Amino acid sequence: MGNKIYSETKYLKIKEPTKLKSGKILKSIDIAYETYGKLNENKDNAILVLHALTGSAHAAYYHKDTQKPGWWDDMIGSNKAFDTDKFFVISSNILGGCYGTTGPASINPDTDKPYALDFPVITIEDMVNVQKKLVDYLGIKKIIVAGGSLGGMQALEWSIRFPKNVKSTILIATSARLNAQGIAFNAVARNAILTDINFNNGNYYDKKHPESGLAIARMIGHITYLCEEAMYKKFGREFKEKPSFDFGIDFQVESYLEHQGRVFVDRFDANSYLYITKALDYYDPIKEYGSLENALKDSASRFLIISFSTDWLFTTAQSKQIASALIQLNKDVSFVELESKCGHDAFLLEFEKQTKIIKSFLRG
Amino acid sequence: MNLNYKIVCDLVKENSKILDLGSSDGTLFEILKKEKNVVGLGVEINQDSVIASLEKGLSVVQGDLDKGLGEFKDKSYDYAILNQTLQSTKNPEFVIWEMLRVAKKSIVSFPNFAYWRVRFYLFFKGKMPKSKMLPYEWYDTPNVHLLTIADFFEFCKKRNIKIEKSVYLTRNKSRSGFLIKNIANFFSQEVIFVISK
Repeated sequence: MGNKIYSETKYLKIKEPTKLKSGKILKSIDIAYETYGKLNENKDNAILVLHALTGSAHAAYYHKDTQKPGWWDDMIGSNKAFDTDKFFVISSNILGGCYGTTGPASINPDTDKPYALDFPVITIEDMVNVQKKLVDYLGIKKIIVAGGSLGGMQALEWSIRFPKNVKSTILIATSARLNAQGIAFNAVARNAILTDINFNNGNYYDKKHPESGLAIARMIGHITYLCEEAMYKKFGREFKEKPSFDFGIDFQVESYLEHQGRVFVDRFDANSYLYITKALDYYDPIKEYGSLENALKDSASRFLIISFSTDWLFTTAQSKQIASALIQLNKDVSFVELESKCGHDAFLLEFEKQTKIIKSFLRG
Repeated sequence: MNLNYKIVCDLVKENSKILDLGSSDGTLFEILKKEKNVVGLGVEINQDSVIASLEKGLSVVQGDLDKGLGEFKDKSYDYAILNQTLQSTKNPEFVIWEMLRVAKKSIVSFPNFAYWRVRFYLFFKGKMPKSKMLPYEWYDTPNVHLLTIADFFEFCKKRNIKIEKSVYLTRNKSRSGFLIKNIANFFSQEVIFVISK
């Protein structure tokens, strides 16, 4: 292993009020962000990478404090898909998140207490507006945007909202809107949190957190990120040891979900989970603009769309829908469905083919 | 450059907008881009071929021609190109109608099953013909709709599809223009048509 490169999370304070889609106003916003590589003199080599549901600004390198690699470290770095020798890569925590950017766990300046459920409901559009403030602050006018899953929705929204600023858009394992099945899973996840005995209408920050609800939410999430094939490969019907003849953790798959739930509650805020899944559910540029074609008509971007064969949460058909709209509009678009046995998780795991494809696309 | 590519390239006007259907690894598309400065899009079903095309810097969408070109607007391309692919589509008639719909002109090429060597192979050996152009075993071939030059003429005539140009290829030589159809059908290994509607 070569020398580890370390990253540091920086913060930008937006002091002027930000109007949200709901009409509500946030008086000030902190944005947590990291950057990798160097911004060139023309300031035209920037890539904004956009994280998924539970990600953070820490996308690459090892974090100076936690020593942990970033969530897309396989893809961002010297000679990687997002090559930091050529590009200046920016990653920020989304609005409503719990990794440094203002969210429900942040202090409400009106009360000096955490917002909790007084935090306004936010949307993907709001997240993107806040990211634009960061990009403006860095002095960047033309940008490349890339993201998977919820991050892909943000990338799509960038190309809709700032059609002349986005040069290239990379959409991975994403869709223009979640289908009813996806909304249903999110609804169950939120219900698990909302009905947790410790939830206390969101005001749990100085008490016991709604951990069992959040853990269940995460377990449901993980079921949707895998697929039958992946589960079979990972766990089959294997027992942890042998049947217990009680209701403890018997199967490997149960043990996996239990573990995922348990580690998640230490790193994520239940209120953030409510807000972000809501934003995910609400996002629908097709409804907003009447059609995807209408939404994307002014875009000057090139597009690369990648889907995964076993992803049933963000399906190939949904990726194709975006590709079709772009073809209709005569935009420069490439689309590929990658064979994978990993379900939705593939976008974070199958980085070899993605690297080839993204590198070539960014060269063009 | 192989002769087929060279001829297709000659048939395409400079700076035109092309749709390369069944674009494989993008070799032809890349040549057209270099030689004729075309813009456009490839459509290819195979994932590895799509990746190979993307690595060449081409724009390609993965898709199945047999499902149609629904996302493409009428006459939105100068040329739709179906190079050595017609015989492996499941529904060739539909594919051709779709090409004629989305492009002003269509270029279609295929191996001629009535080439004399193919006929002789079947006649004397009594087995499904195999050659450099038809390298597959009968049980393992993508060519589910092999056809002859005469078949294609008849097909177009019945549907009032205009054949604007035809170029006949045999062993690295090409002949274009008018020929007695039956002779072309007998002596040509491969054919490239420009059609329109």
